[in-house]
Amino acid sequence: MNIENLVQISETEWEIPTTIRHDMRVPVRLFATRELLEQVINDKSLDQAVNATTLPGLVGHVIVMPDMHQGYGFPIGGVAATEFPHGVISPGAIGYDINCGVRLLASSIDFESARGEMDILATLLNKYCPSGVGKEGAIKVNGKELDHVLRDGSRWALKNGYASEADLARTEEMGSLEGANSEQVSERAKTRGREQVGSLGAGNHFIEVDVVDQIFNEEAANIMGLYQGCLTVQIHCGSRGLGHQVCTDYVQEFQSAVRKYGIDLPDRELVCAPMDSPEGIAYMSAMRAAANFAFANRQLLAYSARRAFEETFATKTRNWHLHQVYDIAHNMGKIETHSVDGKQVKVCVHRKGATRAFGPGSPGLPPEYKKIGQPVIIPGSMGTASWVLVGTEDSMTRSFGSSCHGAGRVMSRSKAKKEVQGDTLRQELEARGIKVRAGSMPGLAEEAPSAYKDVDMVVETVSQAGIAKKVARLKPVAVIKG
Amino acid sequence: MGFEEISHTADWSARVWAEDLPSLFAESARAMNLLAGTVIGRRSRVKRMFESLGPDAESLLVAFLSELIFYQEQENLAFNVFELEVEEPVLTGEAVSKGQKLKVKMEGAQIASIDKAIKAVTYHNLKIERTNQGFETTIVFDV
Repeated sequence: MNIENLVQISETEWEIPTTIRHDMRVPVRLFATRELLEQVINDKSLDQAVNATTLPGLVGHVIVMPDMHQGYGFPIGGVAATEFPHGVISPGAIGYDINCGVRLLASSIDFESARGEMDILATLLNKYCPSGVGKEGAIKVNGKELDHVLRDGSRWALKNGYASEADLARTEEMGSLEGANSEQVSERAKTRGREQVGSLGAGNHFIEVDVVDQIFNEEAANIMGLYQGCLTVQIHCGSRGLGHQVCTDYVQEFQSAVRKYGIDLPDRELVCAPMDSPEGIAYMSAMRAAANFAFANRQLLAYSARRAFEETFATKTRNWHLHQVYDIAHNMGKIETHSVDGKQVKVCVHRKGATRAFGPGSPGLPPEYKKIGQPVIIPGSMGTASWVLVGTEDSMTRSFGSSCHGAGRVMSRSKAKKEVQGDTLRQELEARGIKVRAGSMPGLAEEAPSAYKDVDMVVETVSQAGIAKKVARLKPVAVIKG
Repeated sequence: MGFEEISHTADWSARVWAEDLPSLFAESARAMNLLAGTVIGRRSRVKRMFESLGPDAESLLVAFLSELIFYQEQENLAFNVFELEVEEPVLTGEAVSKGQKLKVKMEGAQIASIDKAIKAVTYHNLKIERTNQGFETTIVFDV
């Protein structure tokens, strides 16, 4: 596909009409500048977005965010809404790492006064937050306890002393999705998850200590407790092996379901089943269980991060505490009500590499965020800025209450490994004052900043398009990677 | 028999070819090990068996490679010797095709080191195709 196939609507909005391919059920709406589009035109993102439009029961458009890049089946940065309950749910349109997401914690610790402690803080975060290839998390749970984690998510963490009510109030869905059923999660998935609660894993997951670098919306920043020059922590991870196994199991099972329901798709990774079918109901409840696992996982990592902060700062400053700004998923399928062609329609919003970005007054937000909109956390690539945004009224009407989720890759992992030496990158980051703790140098090289788009440009695009508003820009001072 | 890494923006991909289906499966496992930078220890060889029934060869390949991921994650094991048998389609009493059956005997050892784990095997554009030399496929791995 080339840019000439697209209809330009504005500087930041494009459409792929249904005339491009005979099997498209709805158009694709892209939020991107020409420059960002040109960066992905040679990968398969746009073809994958067109493939996504073949899912039965879609409403509105398939939406693609400016951090889009090639994934498998569904593009990363994609949003698709299917009518509830007869439309389909597609595990591949949610992703393997179910409820991969980001949690942002903030403090009133001034970075300049804490600069000398960054080395010890990075070491302690690395010590208390298990990361890397492997399986052990902060705690081990038995089978019965794991069922509780899958059913209750962050509520399980609260009950066991790893969370506060305030943490839950500032977590999407209070950190606990209704309708989770651990009986629909395979024994194999449970085996993979049993020892991974409270672990970061590897890949692009990380814990990052940042400083609030710039504030763009004083009122929203104050409500969130983000203060210029103060330390924050981002935790980016998901449902670990358990979520991957749930997706693997259902993508495998749905290979037969599509035949049973007579669904013809251009890519087997997009397999799906009607939400009201036995297969659809089973996946939905298993997916919710995996999502609850991820909420509990990030909650435990937050608990461990607080421990590292306490050990580093408690004897030096009275207020070393980390309060939660928000915890938000970017790989999830959610039943929500949205306005489509002037009508309120109940849909399943598939977000894969896209963040829920509910505007002011939306249901499910804590009272303090009802006025400003839901915080949207956009982690940048390692060593570059991250952003805190808020959802808008426009995001509710134009993107199913969604926004971007990061910078978005632009370079393949193999090329990044060839072009970047992990050790050299580490030295460069350290020279810029960023402490690095990484389990794997090749893994570090794959995540080099040059492998990603410019996150500032991505954020500028969603901001100009009106589907999110800037609140604060963060800059990194310590990175912990598996 | 061989494989080559194919450029993929977010994940890893490999094109694999072999003279027959069992060799294609074994070579796909080798590709997975090499992409992940897996170094298999030399001591205490272990043996495992695996069976799967799937609607087609592609689903068996995904099931087989997913099994290897499970062993890597749970028991820190990787395998490099395979004896594979891909049986012809199985018919039920009602003469409905239940697909093909895969039987695997595999031998390996504890992983001495690994650069980066593969987390899942995808169906993205997965198709095992016949060529003049045998079979070929391209697999995308989630990392």
